[in-house]
Amino acid sequence: MTMRNRPVSPHLQVYRPQITSILSITHRITGVALCGGAVLLTYWLMSATYGAESYANAQAILGSWFGRLVLFGVVFSLWFHLANGIRHLVWDTGRGLEMEQLRLSGLAVVAVSVVLTLVTFFAAYSVGG
Amino acid sequence: MEFRSQLGRVRGLGASHEGAHHFWVQRVTGVALVPLLLWFVFAATSMVGADLETFKTWVGTHYNPVLLILLILAMFHHAQLGLQVIIEDYVHSEAIKITSLILTKFAVVLIGVCAIFAVIRMTFGS
Repeated sequence: MTMRNRPVSPHLQVYRPQITSILSITHRITGVALCGGAVLLTYWLMSATYGAESYANAQAILGSWFGRLVLFGVVFSLWFHLANGIRHLVWDTGRGLEMEQLRLSGLAVVAVSVVLTLVTFFAAYSVGG
Repeated sequence: MEFRSQLGRVRGLGASHEGAHHFWVQRVTGVALVPLLLWFVFAATSMVGADLETFKTWVGTHYNPVLLILLILAMFHHAQLGLQVIIEDYVHSEAIKITSLILTKFAVVLIGVCAIFAVIRMTFGS
């Protein structure tokens, strides 16, 4: 079979960035980031089953400035993916697909995920310091 | 003009050979994850900086292990479905595509079982 060089995805560069497309790819990127978050959750759970030393190790790693930065990204990804996922579920019912509605729900998703990320971190810092 | 055979139309499986099953399970696990994650973020935030005994006790108390295992199952299933779509979209070599799809499935099951086993171990006190 001859392979032809047909255009294949991704061919993002031919489009002007718009809130719809930016949020769409952000949904994907945050989804991949959350796979990393799921691995971190597993690491956290497993470290506790291997005794005090490994648990303290995990806490030190996750609590370091780099660990906190990563967790900040994971928490933002979580809220964004959750909010935008609910937006997707609404679309699946056939609602909210007009351009103006898409723009407004997109802005709402960004606002909600930023606010909830800050709230989560404020709560985490007041619990654990 | 209808090009599909009558059998193909009745089966309704389309070009993916599995119909809307992937789409549907992605949605169902997504719906399940909404309440589970709201609970989990709240719970995990309260566990920041907790010592080992407090953490283990929390994992094993009441409905917590059940919710954690449900969360892990839904989360890793949802993750596998999402990664599958990304691979199918961006990997164009058939051999690399199939290999990465299988490897992702293995990895997701391995890590997910590790997480579930850790919850069970803590629940039964080790």
